[in-house]
Amino acid sequence: MATSSLSPKRDARRSLLRVSPKPTLLLGLLLLAVFLAAALFPAQLAPYEPAEFDYTAIMQPPSAAHPFGTDNFGRDVLSRVIWGTRIDLQIALFTTLFPFIFGTLVGALTGYYGRWLDAIFGRIVDVVVVFPFLVLVIAIVAVLGPGLLNMYIAVSSVGWIYYARLVRGEVMVQKKAEYAQAARVMGYSPARVIFRHLLPNAVTPAIVYLMTDMSLGILLGASLGYLGLGAQPPTAEWGVMIADGKNFMVTAPWVTTFPGLALTAAGLTFSLIGDGLADLLRPRA
Amino acid sequence: MSDPVLSVRNLSTTFATPRGALQAVDDVSFDVLPGEVLGIVGESGSGKSVTLRSIMGLLRPPTRLEGEVRWLGENLLRASRERMYKVAGGEISIIFQEPMTALNPVLTVGEQILESLYEHERMSKKQAKARAEELLALVGIPSPRERLGDYAHQFSGGMRQRAMIAIALASNPKLLLADEPTTALDVTIQDQILKLLLRLKDQLGMSVVIVTHDLGVVAQTCDQVAVMYAGRIVETAPVSQLLRSPRHAYTLGLLRSLPGGGVRRQPLLPILGAPPNLSDLPPGCAFAPRCPYVSDACRVRVPPLVEVAPEQRSACVHHDLLPRPGVAA
Amino acid sequence: MNRWQYALTRLLQIIPTFFVVMLLVFVMVRLLPGDPASAILGDRVTDEAIAQVNRRLGLDQPLPVQFGIFVRNFFRGDLGSSANLRVPVLELIKERLPVTLYLTAYAGVLAALLAVPLAILAAFRRNTWVDGLIRGVFQVGLSVPVFYVGLQLLTFFGARLGVFPVGGVGSNFTQNLYYLFLPALSLGFYLSAILMRNLRASIIEVFSAEYVEFARSKGLKRRVVVLKHILRNALISTVTLFGLSIGQLIGGAVITETVFAVPGVGRLMVDAIFGRDYAVIQGLTLTFALLVSLVFLLTDLLYATLDPRAELS
Repeated sequence: MATSSLSPKRDARRSLLRVSPKPTLLLGLLLLAVFLAAALFPAQLAPYEPAEFDYTAIMQPPSAAHPFGTDNFGRDVLSRVIWGTRIDLQIALFTTLFPFIFGTLVGALTGYYGRWLDAIFGRIVDVVVVFPFLVLVIAIVAVLGPGLLNMYIAVSSVGWIYYARLVRGEVMVQKKAEYAQAARVMGYSPARVIFRHLLPNAVTPAIVYLMTDMSLGILLGASLGYLGLGAQPPTAEWGVMIADGKNFMVTAPWVTTFPGLALTAAGLTFSLIGDGLADLLRPRA
Repeated sequence: MSDPVLSVRNLSTTFATPRGALQAVDDVSFDVLPGEVLGIVGESGSGKSVTLRSIMGLLRPPTRLEGEVRWLGENLLRASRERMYKVAGGEISIIFQEPMTALNPVLTVGEQILESLYEHERMSKKQAKARAEELLALVGIPSPRERLGDYAHQFSGGMRQRAMIAIALASNPKLLLADEPTTALDVTIQDQILKLLLRLKDQLGMSVVIVTHDLGVVAQTCDQVAVMYAGRIVETAPVSQLLRSPRHAYTLGLLRSLPGGGVRRQPLLPILGAPPNLSDLPPGCAFAPRCPYVSDACRVRVPPLVEVAPEQRSACVHHDLLPRPGVAA
Repeated sequence: MNRWQYALTRLLQIIPTFFVVMLLVFVMVRLLPGDPASAILGDRVTDEAIAQVNRRLGLDQPLPVQFGIFVRNFFRGDLGSSANLRVPVLELIKERLPVTLYLTAYAGVLAALLAVPLAILAAFRRNTWVDGLIRGVFQVGLSVPVFYVGLQLLTFFGARLGVFPVGGVGSNFTQNLYYLFLPALSLGFYLSAILMRNLRASIIEVFSAEYVEFARSKGLKRRVVVLKHILRNALISTVTLFGLSIGQLIGGAVITETVFAVPGVGRLMVDAIFGRDYAVIQGLTLTFALLVSLVFLLTDLLYATLDPRAELS
């Protein structure tokens, strides 16, 4: 049997030391604040212009003048990382916002009406899930041509499926709940039942997934940037920066290390917030 | 009178929770005689299930156990881990309320009997198989040989409960602990299972402890009763005596909340209020806030369990003021 | 329905889905910018020559007829020819697919080897610093893009330390193991993070299941309880998740093969996209879809084997 002290004081202290969800959520929010600041005020925060060449300072290691060093064109890596925040956060938002809205809508309708609508949706899902997500996205980008906008279109045309599946399942559960049946018996219009009664309850998992998906979106955007199918050079996008610097990883590691760290931290930010939200919104889990 | 097989003395069980220590069982003592059926009655959260798990050493740390659990004279709370492996399943077995969750969904019932046999008895594969079949037949499962290869979800509710009993009986325990064994079942099947338990008790010469919230189950099966409230035993007596003349206000309340089986029908009186929060017990008698007979004396200190009649002990300040409900067993 | 009937039914269900998949790929490839004839012939050609090629490829026919030809050819094993490499696409796939399959299987094995022991450790030491550390590392693992992990491994172990080759695949099985270790590790790391999280959570859930308590009450040794009762149940959902991650593995292989210059179908896909090599894109997309369908089918069957409660319908 455990002989650990059972006094409340000791226990309170121990639970603070534990890896409980709260501090990780706070860390996520703190990181988000930092990234938002960088994305909103890059001109004020960045010491140099992101695209400013300086042939007198090529591939300089980190120093007081260039805290993150410079790249092969003498561009300041810190400034490019800061400006890159704007692009990569934009990627996080634009790869998820449309899928979230459209997918939620489709999920609510198919979940509520079922029948043929649901059957069609089921077939679409069957087809889409057999394509590896990344393969489908780069194939669509191949059709449309490389670039950020086309990447958003490609991701959106596939990504909504996952939200629709989540919301559909949840609506089908909520539909059977008494409050929803009551709303229907009272003669409210389907639109009102769906949007005022069902969706507010059914959208929670989609919101949690939205956060995780933003993390995935950033990673995907950077990966496409790295492959040359997303943001195009000389845009200061972290994936593109890593692709640009990959040939100097031994001689000038700072060119790739800092965008890589930024990328990881940004991915971490949204996954921490996602996990935190999941804990908060689903206390039963 | 023979010596008790199980003798629990001043058992206290305390859990460490994020919000602090929580005492689920408080200074509980009782005896189980050979061949006797003891019922422990109480609402959910009264500590009755935790008492059973404490006896078998099933609770995981951080949990603190105090007092003594004397099994044939040996204090199990001091026993080594090796010794507990022998006692658990070999000498004392337990069955649970919901066989659907207590049986492993991915192992056949036969496999779950065999693993227990291999653990406790030296047997060849063939002997073990024969024994497993015998056990299923013993608990009244038809075509036992075929059913050994079935999974829990392939049994009906009552058969599932029988299968769990068969697994628990695999290595001839001398004491069977039953945690709400019939709560999850239909009334008719409840009756069958209780009769089965009594038959097995006689056939195998076991003692049985049944934990339940249902006084009806107690009336039907038990010799002795202990009533628990908020982690403490508040009354003990032989069953008929307890049902005839309860000497604790809580027991009386329980009896009055039941539909009487006798001729004299009385209106049902539910016990008002909710079971107490264990982390925030009132001073004095824990039942005081819900008790219709409460007085200031109840709130001074926790009333001790004292002998109030031959073979009957109660922890009620007003045990002599309580009316006799005259409910026949 | 027994297991074989179920397998057959599921296999038959793939057919209509795959028909739609083919239609989708067909339409998508028709939408690609530029036209195949000039892609095949190069820039300086006569209209005459283009018309001739279009006739040969059936591109002068109406679209439904073209689709019919496309389906017919597919089932004959004719996926067309690569415009850039001047080789039949089927040949290319036959040559390169084994590399990718090896890589993904390798990555899957590494992911499982990392995830399973660490998930067990984390779950049994949950809410301690050990658990915190393991979860922290894997949380970061979920946030690092595969290409970046690959580049760092390549730079450190390949270029700096020189303990692993920086490209190629080797010529036999053992050499493959050595050459593809870093690519497989970078590909498997992300998957291991997903598996670790899932397995840890399900062990913790099973840990407090009543059947585990019942098993302990039978006096079974700790090892038996952990392996037979806890892990056996907890692994069901993880194994399923593992199978369903095949799409992610293939997507990751596209990136890893590019980073490590591994001559598999993933890298071929990227090259084909930049080279506007229609036939290759088309053939590969179909191959990937078929591969994923088959793995999903196997996962279904495996799940039905692991969990006797699974209903085969």
